[in-house]
Amino acid sequence: MTAHPSAGRERPEGKFAAWLYDFRQQWQLQLMVWPGVVFIIVFGFLPLYGYVMAFQNYTVTSTIWNAPFVGLANFQLIVTDPTFWSSLVNTLGISLLKLVIEFPLSIVLAIMVYELAGGVFKRVVQAISYLPHFISWIVLGGMLVVWLSSTGLFNQIFGGSTNLLQQPGLYWLIAALSDTWKEVGWGTILYLAAMAAIDPSLYEVARVDGAGRFRRIWHITLPGIRGMIALQVILWVSGLFGSNLDQTMVLNNPLNDPRSNVINFYVYQVGLHQGNFSYGTAVGLGISLISLILLLGANFATKKLNDNTSML
Amino acid sequence: MVTTIDPSAARTRGPLVVEGRRRPARRPPAGRPTLLQRQDGGLFNIVNAIILLAFALIIVVPVWNIVVSSLATGTDLSQGVALFPRHWTLANYRQVLGDSSIWTAFGISVARTVLGALSHVLFCAMVAFAMSKGFLRGRKVYSAMGIVTMFFGGGMIPTYLLIKSLGLIDTFWVYIIPGLLAYFDVIILMNFFRGIPDSLDEAAKLDGANHFQTFWKIFLPLSKPALATIALFNGVGQWNDFYSPLLYINSNTWLYPMQMKIYQIVVQFQQSQVHGFNPNAASIVSSQGIQLATIVVTALPIVIAYPFLQKYFVGGMMIGAVKG
Repeated sequence: MTAHPSAGRERPEGKFAAWLYDFRQQWQLQLMVWPGVVFIIVFGFLPLYGYVMAFQNYTVTSTIWNAPFVGLANFQLIVTDPTFWSSLVNTLGISLLKLVIEFPLSIVLAIMVYELAGGVFKRVVQAISYLPHFISWIVLGGMLVVWLSSTGLFNQIFGGSTNLLQQPGLYWLIAALSDTWKEVGWGTILYLAAMAAIDPSLYEVARVDGAGRFRRIWHITLPGIRGMIALQVILWVSGLFGSNLDQTMVLNNPLNDPRSNVINFYVYQVGLHQGNFSYGTAVGLGISLISLILLLGANFATKKLNDNTSML
Repeated sequence: MVTTIDPSAARTRGPLVVEGRRRPARRPPAGRPTLLQRQDGGLFNIVNAIILLAFALIIVVPVWNIVVSSLATGTDLSQGVALFPRHWTLANYRQVLGDSSIWTAFGISVARTVLGALSHVLFCAMVAFAMSKGFLRGRKVYSAMGIVTMFFGGGMIPTYLLIKSLGLIDTFWVYIIPGLLAYFDVIILMNFFRGIPDSLDEAAKLDGANHFQTFWKIFLPLSKPALATIALFNGVGQWNDFYSPLLYINSNTWLYPMQMKIYQIVVQFQQSQVHGFNPNAASIVSSQGIQLATIVVTALPIVIAYPFLQKYFVGGMMIGAVKG
């Protein structure tokens, strides 16, 4: 330890005095950690306090300290707001489609990759499957607009000539499938990591006992990744009310808006564009609370199913 | 208050707790029981490989379509391009690269990626170094605060108002400062630092090094793989970020990065289609061609770097998964 005024002195007896003494002794470490603590207070905690706006009538001229309190008035407005309800339905519709398509598909894909014998083909398939994850939604959105246009790739393959992004009825499917295209490969990584921890001799024994490939997958691979699947279920369920702002910003157009307007997009439009700060915050707060309840609920349910071991 | 557990973010960075085990032992390079797989289920292997090949093509072919379309003339695009254009041209790229605002945007993207990733990883490492010392006073409180921010986030509007009151709106620093610290990365680095033997630290202390010096001269150089992985993930996030310019750059539009440029072009393109204009007038350069060329220019750095960096990305997921 470097020289410090207190360095030569004895460590005092009292609990608080000793704590203070230690603190001063390690001032260098404290100097390194405090910028982080200040950061967390400013960027982590101050916005949390900002949620009181949901109970205020905050206007452009007011501050969070003097805006008048209105109780639950903003939440009462939400309940009778048809645009909010349609954005909620769109959010849930897209999330459920993703849950049904993307979640099982990444498990299946992980098993298929795991069953490959290895070598160059396996590495190339894995590398290709991860790549779309690193492309931004804006770039992918720009590509989708071209693929789905009236003369785009899709219409050339399937022989149509309509702009598919202008069909509101197709939007949910487009949103869910494009998310699957982007993320399904990346989603396999954690399953593959869990599979790598399975004892290979289990497969050996099962084979000797006459179990075929599918039975080995069913009785060894799947139970081996059960914990990971449970964890993913929790994350998926708690994300049901979450929506993708980037994706919506780039794919939304006036024709598909009735089906593409999701919660995040609505908060952005109402809150930041139209300046209804309090109302937008109230919508955000409500959705976050629902997500929190879902998270705890899903954790509780999987805990019951998994012999009372929590996944979180 | 409130959770922002965003499953997409969780899937990006890996969950906090994964099968409590050390880094899973690498399987032998030939894969699990290779011999065994050849012995039974030959048909299974063939069908499996064919389906995976189809899957790879579903990813590659559309991307290929974009690349060749960006090299097609407007006349071609108006009829549709599948795997090869009828007439090749570099005109779209000449147009895009001749636009000085694209160069500005590209420069902003590069600057925020490099500066943002470097400052993020250094800041997190500094905090993590202090936090990795068990005798740090107040450690439990600091760590509880950090963990709270991982689970509860302020919403879009409160955060916007905070950024605004800090005077960061319409400045370059809005790309850097709010992203300095992510507690998840602090935890990863903290665990990495704990794996470095105490004896090194003590030897340095005997030689008269203070904490700053041991951090800078011993811990940082020894943690290069972990630092590189975190910087890479953060750099990709910076390059791809669209949210900050969308919300926080209102009037200084020269601060727009590439992602925002693409967004503007795509929105125009969508609008023109909704209003029934043909975006591909019978000419060589078309608005769609420019959109495609801009997209390729933006995605190119990542696609080129990706094969070389892939192992770090995957390794990074594993670092996240090792803890437990």
